[in-house]
Amino acid sequence: MMDVGRHPNIELLTYSEVEDIRGYVGNFTAHIRRKARYVDEDECTGCGDCAKECPVVVPDEFQMGLGSRKAIYIPFPQAVPSAYIVEDKECLGQNPIACGKCIEACEKNCISFDVQDEHLEINVGAIVVATGMDVYDPTALDEYGYRRFPNVVTSMEFERLVSTGGPLEGHLGRPGDLKQPRKIGFIQCVGSRTQNPEKGNPYCSNVCCMNTIKAAQYLKDNYPEIDISVFYMDLRAFGKGFEELLMRSKASGVRFIRGLPGDIEEVDDTGDLRVTVENTTAKRLEKHEFDMLVLAVGATPAMGTEPVRRLVSLSKSPSGFLKEAHSKLKPVDTPTKGVYIAGAAESPKDIRESVTQAGAASSKASILLNKSKFSIEAITSVLDEDICKKCGQCASVCPFAAITWEKKQLPKLISAACVGCGNCAAECRYGAIKMRHFSDQAVYAQIDAMLEENSANKIVAFACNWCSYAGADTAGVGRMAYPPNARIIRTMCSARVNPEFIWYAFKKGAPVVLISGCHYVDCHYIDANRSTVRRMDGLWDGLEKAGLRTDRLLLEWCSAAEGGRWQTIMKETEKKRQSVTSEEIDGTRTALEDAKIPRPRNPKASDENQDADFVCMRCGYSWKGNYRSNVERICPQCRSNSIRWLKKKKNK
Amino acid sequence: MIRDDLRIGVFVCDCGSNIAGMVDTEALREYAGTLPQVELSIRNKYTCADPGQQEIQKSIYEHNLNRVVVASCSPASYEPIFRQCIEGAGLNRYLLEMANIREHCSWVTDDKADATQKAKDIVNVAVARARWLYPQDEEKIPVTDAALVVGGGIAGIQAALDIADSGHKVYLVEKKPSIGGIMAQLDKVYPDIECSI
Ligand SMILES: Cc1cc2nc3c(=O)[nH]c(=O)nc-3n(C[C@H](O)[C@H](O)[C@H](O)COP(=O)(O)OP(=O)(O)OC[C@H]3O[C@@H](n4cnc5c(N)ncnc54)[C@H](O)[C@@H]3O)c2cc1C
Ligand code: SF4
Repeated sequence: MMDVGRHPNIELLTYSEVEDIRGYVGNFTAHIRRKARYVDEDECTGCGDCAKECPVVVPDEFQMGLGSRKAIYIPFPQAVPSAYIVEDKECLGQNPIACGKCIEACEKNCISFDVQDEHLEINVGAIVVATGMDVYDPTALDEYGYRRFPNVVTSMEFERLVSTGGPLEGHLGRPGDLKQPRKIGFIQCVGSRTQNPEKGNPYCSNVCCMNTIKAAQYLKDNYPEIDISVFYMDLRAFGKGFEELLMRSKASGVRFIRGLPGDIEEVDDTGDLRVTVENTTAKRLEKHEFDMLVLAVGATPAMGTEPVRRLVSLSKSPSGFLKEAHSKLKPVDTPTKGVYIAGAAESPKDIRESVTQAGAASSKASILLNKSKFSIEAITSVLDEDICKKCGQCASVCPFAAITWEKKQLPKLISAACVGCGNCAAECRYGAIKMRHFSDQAVYAQIDAMLEENSANKIVAFACNWCSYAGADTAGVGRMAYPPNARIIRTMCSARVNPEFIWYAFKKGAPVVLISGCHYVDCHYIDANRSTVRRMDGLWDGLEKAGLRTDRLLLEWCSAAEGGRWQTIMKETEKKRQSVTSEEIDGTRTALEDAKIPRPRNPKASDENQDADFVCMRCGYSWKGNYRSNVERICPQCRSNSIRWLKKKKNK
Repeated sequence: MIRDDLRIGVFVCDCGSNIAGMVDTEALREYAGTLPQVELSIRNKYTCADPGQQEIQKSIYEHNLNRVVVASCSPASYEPIFRQCIEGAGLNRYLLEMANIREHCSWVTDDKADATQKAKDIVNVAVARARWLYPQDEEKIPVTDAALVVGGGIAGIQAALDIADSGHKVYLVEKKPSIGGIMAQLDKVYPDIECSI
C-alpha cells in the first residue's frame, strides 16, 4: 500500500470519484471529482492532535461500527495517504466561530475550511476497473437475529473484534458485554447459494468457507480453550494450501456440523444464543448453545461498480458482477476495447486470485500503452450519407455507444469505438450503413453461390464468429459427424443478420434458414443478440403473414465449447429440411414477392409484461409467459432456442 | 459493382490426410479452376508450411493475383498467418478469404463423395465472397500513454503498481479516504494466517 503512495508514476487520487468517461480505446477522457478533505494531504504528519480536540463522536465505519471516531479522523493507522480528513457532514461548523477546535490544535496549519472539491480532467489510453465487492447485509434474515441479538456478528465484524487494531485492541470479547466467549459458532453461506431472492444470492461467494476456517484456526492457535463449531452446507476448500488448513483446523478440534441452523434464540438474559439445526450427517435435530455466533456473510456486487460500468459500457453476468470478454480465454478483457477488469469486481474472489488477475489486467493494459498507435481492424461500420434518412435507429441499437445522433441530424459513427458487430447495419431499413469487409453484397453473393445448385438440399446457416462458428470448429476437432447439408455464412455477431438476408435466401429457394449465435448471456457485443431475438420474432410473424411455415426459420445459441451441441443442431435442422416439400419451396418465392420485410421495434413495456404464448419452432411445445420470463429462449422440452414469442393481437 | 479485373487464386490444402483423407482434393482443385475469374488453382500438402506460403506469394507475383482464397482450415487458426503471407507479396490483407474445408467438412463428414461435394460448395461460396472483398486500410489511432485504475483495493493497488512499474503513468482513483479496500479491514488472512497489510 505504501508503495503506491511513493511510486513516481502513480498519481493517487483518494476520496475521489469518476464522474464521466468519454472516448474510446487509447483515447479516454475522464472527469474526476476530488472531494475536499480540508486537511492538506501532503503536510499532515498524522500526529492526531486535531482529533483529540474534536468534540464530535460518531461510529467508526472501519471498525464496522464497533468503535467510534471523531469528525476529523484518519481511517486507520496504516492509511494511505497517511493524512487526516474532515467528514464535512459530521463537522460542527466550517468556520472558527462555530467550532474550529481542530484548526487551533494543528500546529502545522494543515487544516483549512476554505478548500473546495477539485475537478480534474485526465487523459488515458487504458482503464482498469477494480471496484471490488460489497459484503452482504444479513439484517433481512430474520431467523439469524442479526441486529436483534448483540452477540450475533458478521464475519467482517469478527475481523475487527479480534484485530489488535480493532476496538478491543485484540482482547477477544463479545459485543454484548465484552466478556471473552467460551463457545463460538460459525454459520456458513449467509446470503449465498440460495434460490430465494429474499435470503440472498444464488452464487457461492467463494471466500467465506476459507475465511471461517482461517478464523477458527486463528482462535484455536491463540485461545485453545475456546470451543468452536462450524455449520455448513458443504465446505469449499479448493485452492492451494486450503485443504491443508482445513485438516489442521479439524485436528485442532474445530467441529464441523453439516446443516444450516433454522432458528436462533437468545437464552434468557444471558446474551447466549441457542441454535436449532438439522444435523444432516447424523440425521437428527440438534440444539447447541453459544456465547457468540459469527455469520459467514457472502459477497455482493459493489454499489460503486455500477456508475463506472455504465460509463464504459460493460455488461453484467447473471450474478450482477462484471462480465469478462470471454469466460476462459479473455478473463480480464471486456467487450469495450481498452478497458480491463481485475479483482472482486468480476466475481467474488480472494486476495491471491485478485492479485493474479490484477497482474494479467495490467499486462494487457501495458501491451496497449506500449504502442504509440493502435490499429483498428477494418470491419467497422460506415455511413452512406446520401441514403441515410436521419432516423437515428442505428444509434439506438449500438451496444457500444459508437454512434451518436441528434434529431434531424446525420448520425455520427465513431470508428475507434466501433467493434464491427453489425447490429446497426442490420437495423437500418434504408441500407445506409455499410460494414467494411463484411458487406451486404458479399452475403448476397454467398447465398447465391450456395443455392446455385441443388438448393432444395441446402441449409443456409449464419454463424457468429465467436461462438457458433467456433462451436462448429469444435465439432470438427472432436470429429463429430453430421449431415453435410448446411452451408455457413460467418458474421461477427448474429445481430449482423439483416432480415433482408433471410427473405433473400428464402426467395432463392432455401428450404431452411438457421441463425446461430452466442448464448444469450455470452454475447461478445454486450447485448447485441437481443436485437437478433427481436428480429426473429418479427421474421416469424412475417413468414406467417405470407402464409409460409414459420418453422423453416430457426435460431440456436451454441458456444465455442459446444461441439456436441452443434452436431445436434445440424442433425435436427437437417430433419427439418427434409420435412420441407418442393411445393413449399416453389411457393415461397411468390409468397414473399410482395411481403414486407418485417422490422419490429422492441416490444413496449406494457406488451412485455403481458402473458403471451411462447412456441418452440423445433418441437412445437408451447407455454405461457411474459417477454422477460425466458430471455435465453430455451424450450423446456427440446432445449432449442427457436422460440417464438407470440404477442397478443390487439382486439380490434 | 464487381470489378471485372478480378484475378483470383485458389489454394487447396491436403492438410496431410486431414482433408485429403475425406475430400478428393484434386477434383476440388480442378473444380475451383473452372469458377469464373479464378486465374489459377493450386494444391498443396500443407499450405500453411513455408513451401505452401511461398507458392502463394510466387503465384501472386507471377499471375498478378488480386484475391486469394485458401481452402484449408478454420480462419480461427490460420487467417492471421495467411493475411501476413499475402501482405508479404504486396496484397492488402483484407483480400484473403478462407474456405473452411477441414473443421466444417472433412472432419465432420462420413462419406467421401458427400465431403467432396460439400468442399466444392464451400470453395464456391468463398470465391463468391472473395469477389466482393476490397482493400481496407486499418485506421491507426494514437494511444495516450497513461492508465486510469478505478478502485484502490488490493486488485487496483496491484494493477496500478504493475502498470507503473512498466513505465506508464497511472491515475489510481479511490472513493474512500484511503486505499486498501476490504483487505485493509481484515486482521489475518488465509491461507497462511498472516497480517493483511
Ligand atoms: C469477511 C471477509 C474475509 C476475507 N478473508 C480473506 C482472507 O482471509 N484471505 C483472502 O485471500 N481473502 C479474503 N477475503 C477476500 C478479500 O477481501 C478480497 O479478495 C479482496 O478484498 C478483493 O480485492 P478488490 O481490490 O478486488 O476489492 P475491494 O477490496 O472490495 O476493493 C475495492 C475498492 O474499490 C473502491 N471503489 C468501489 N467503487 C469505486 C468507484 N466507483 N470509484 C472509486 N473507487 C471505488 C472501494 O472503495 C474499495 O476500496 C475476505 C473477504 C471478506 C468479506
Ligand atoms: S464459500 Fe463456502 S460459505 Fe461461502 S458461499 Fe461458498 S460454500 Fe457458502
